[in-house]
Amino acid sequence: MTRKLLAVTVALLPMITVIACGGGGETPPADAPAASTPAASGGEMIDPATIADAGGVAGSVQFAGSDPELQVIQMAADPYCLSSHSGEVVAQRVMVNANGTLAQIFVYVKEGLEGKSFAVPAEAARLDQQGCMYMPHVIGLQTGQTLIVSNSDDTLHNVNAQPSNNTGFNIGQPVAGMEYEHAFENPEIMIPVKCDVHPWMSAYIGVVANPYFTITDAEGNFSIDRLPPGDYVLEAWSEGLGTQTINVTVAPNETAEANFSFGT
Amino acid sequence: MVRPAEPRANVWLHRFAMLTAAATFFLVIAGGLVTSTGSGLSVPDWPLSYGQYFPPMVGGIFFEHGHRMVAGAVGLLTFALATWLWFGDSRRWVRGMGLGAVVAVLTQAALGGITVLFLLPTPVSVGHAGLAMAFFALVTSIALVTGPGWFRVEPREPAAERSTLPRAALIAAGAVYVQILLGATVRHTGSGLACPDFPLCNGQLFPALSSAGIGFQLLHRVGALVVAALVLWIAWRVRSEHPDLTELQGPALLAFCLLVLQVLLGALTVWTGLAVTPTTTHVATGALLLVTMVVLTLRLHHRYPAAGHLPSTAESEHGAAA
Repeated sequence: MTRKLLAVTVALLPMITVIACGGGGETPPADAPAASTPAASGGEMIDPATIADAGGVAGSVQFAGSDPELQVIQMAADPYCLSSHSGEVVAQRVMVNANGTLAQIFVYVKEGLEGKSFAVPAEAARLDQQGCMYMPHVIGLQTGQTLIVSNSDDTLHNVNAQPSNNTGFNIGQPVAGMEYEHAFENPEIMIPVKCDVHPWMSAYIGVVANPYFTITDAEGNFSIDRLPPGDYVLEAWSEGLGTQTINVTVAPNETAEANFSFGT
Repeated sequence: MVRPAEPRANVWLHRFAMLTAAATFFLVIAGGLVTSTGSGLSVPDWPLSYGQYFPPMVGGIFFEHGHRMVAGAVGLLTFALATWLWFGDSRRWVRGMGLGAVVAVLTQAALGGITVLFLLPTPVSVGHAGLAMAFFALVTSIALVTGPGWFRVEPREPAAERSTLPRAALIAAGAVYVQILLGATVRHTGSGLACPDFPLCNGQLFPALSSAGIGFQLLHRVGALVVAALVLWIAWRVRSEHPDLTELQGPALLAFCLLVLQVLLGALTVWTGLAVTPTTTHVATGALLLVTMVVLTLRLHHRYPAAGHLPSTAESEHGAAA
C-alpha cells in the first residue's frame, strides 16, 4: 500500500510541478513506451528513450588466463535431467568463447547516475529451468522489475534465491509450466540462485538501480546504449574471476569504448 | 494394562527403548546428511513435501524427505515408548522421561519446520541440532534405566564411599554437549573451512580473528582440547578407581576410543574440504560420545546416589525379575 502511494506521488509530482510552474518542460513523445511504472526511489526522473544527445559505451571482455578446466556435471541423481542432454554438460562458471573472450559477464554502470531515477520496466525478465539448468545462467534486473521464474522441466525443482541485501525466497516448482514472480527492491551484485534438489544448478541475478546493464555475448561483446553524456564507472562481474571497473567518459551522440581483460 | 506396583525390568520394554534409541541414532545420521549434502532447502514446504506425502526421491529430496520420513518413524516410536512407560513402569521419574521425550520430539519437529520455512536461520538450525543430541541422550537414558543391568546394580554405601567421580563425569558430559553445540554453530554458520588447515589455522597457531567463522572454528578446536582432557581424566579415574566394574569400564573405554576417532574425523573433515562422509561421521561420532558419557554418568550416579536419594530396597531387589 505504501509503495503504491509513493509511486502515485512520484508520478503526480512532475504534473503538479508543470501546472505550478506554467509548463515549459520536456514532454515525452506520444509514441514513447507508456507501459512502465515510475521508480519508487526519488531523484531526477530520466527516460533513456527521450535523451536527445544520448551516447553509449561498448567493448569486449577478453580472457588472458589459461583455459579453465571444464567441470562435467553429473546428472545421475535425476534420470529426467540425465535424459535431457545427449552429450556432456559442463558447469558455466567461466565461459571462454572460441575467440578467447568471455561470455556471461555482467556489465553495468556502477557510478555516475547518482541522484537520477528511472522508470521500472514493465516487461518482466525470465529465468527458466530447462534440462535441469538455469536459462540464462546470468541475468540482469532493474530494481523493482518483475522476475518470472518458470519451470520447463518435467521434473521438480526448488528455486532458492539467497540475496544479502534483499528479501530472498525458496519455492517449489514440482510441475512443468509453473511460474513464480518476484521483484528485488535493492541493488545487489549478485544474487545467487540455486536448486537444492539438483546441486549443480546455479544462476546469478544482478540487480541494478538503473537500466544500464547487459551481459556479454558469445563473441565477448557488450553494448550499453542511451546513456546521458557524462563520466561513469563501469563494472564487469565474472562468476569465477571477480570484478573489474573502468572509468569511461560518454560524449554526446558518441559511443565510448571500454575493454575488460580478466586473467586467472 | 496394569502398572506394576514395584519397579522391575521389563525386557521387552527395554528392547523397545533400545530400538527407539537405535532409530534415533539413524535419525541423527540422516539429519547430518541433510546438512552435509546441502539439501536443507531442497524441499521448500513443510510438513508436506512439494504438497505431497511422497515426492520423487531425486537429488537433495532423497536426503531431506528421507530425513522427514525417518523422523516420523522415530516420532511414532517415541509416542509408543512413552505410552508403554506410562502404563508399564512404576517409577514416576522414568514415566517423566517418556513424557519429556514426547515433548522433545514434537519441539524438534517444529524446529525442523521453522528452519525450512525461514530458510535455515542459524539459531534455529543450531537449536535443531542441539535438541537432536539431547533427545538422543534422553532416549538412550530411557533404554539404560529400563534395562536389567540398572536393577542389578547394588548401590554402595554412599556416605562411606562418597566419590567426586559422578559429578566430574557429569561435567565432562556437559562439556561434550557444549562442544556439540559449538560444532553445530561452526556447521550452520558455514564456518567449516574458515580455517582451511588443521591443526594450524591459516598456518598460524593463534590466527587473527578476522571473521566470526574463524572465531567459531577456534572455539570448537579449543573445546576439543577441553573435552579431550576431561574425557581422558574420567576414563583414567574409572580405570584406576573401579578396575572391577565392567559396567563402568566399558563406557569409559568406549568414550576414550570415540574421542580418538572424533579428533581424527575432525581433522579429516577439514582436510577433505567438508566431504560428506567424514563430516557426517564426525556428527554421528559426536552423538555417540555424548550418549556414552551420559550412560557413564548415570551409572556412576546410580552407584553413588546423593544422600537422601537412595533407591528403594525394592528397586535393588527386583533386579533378577528379568
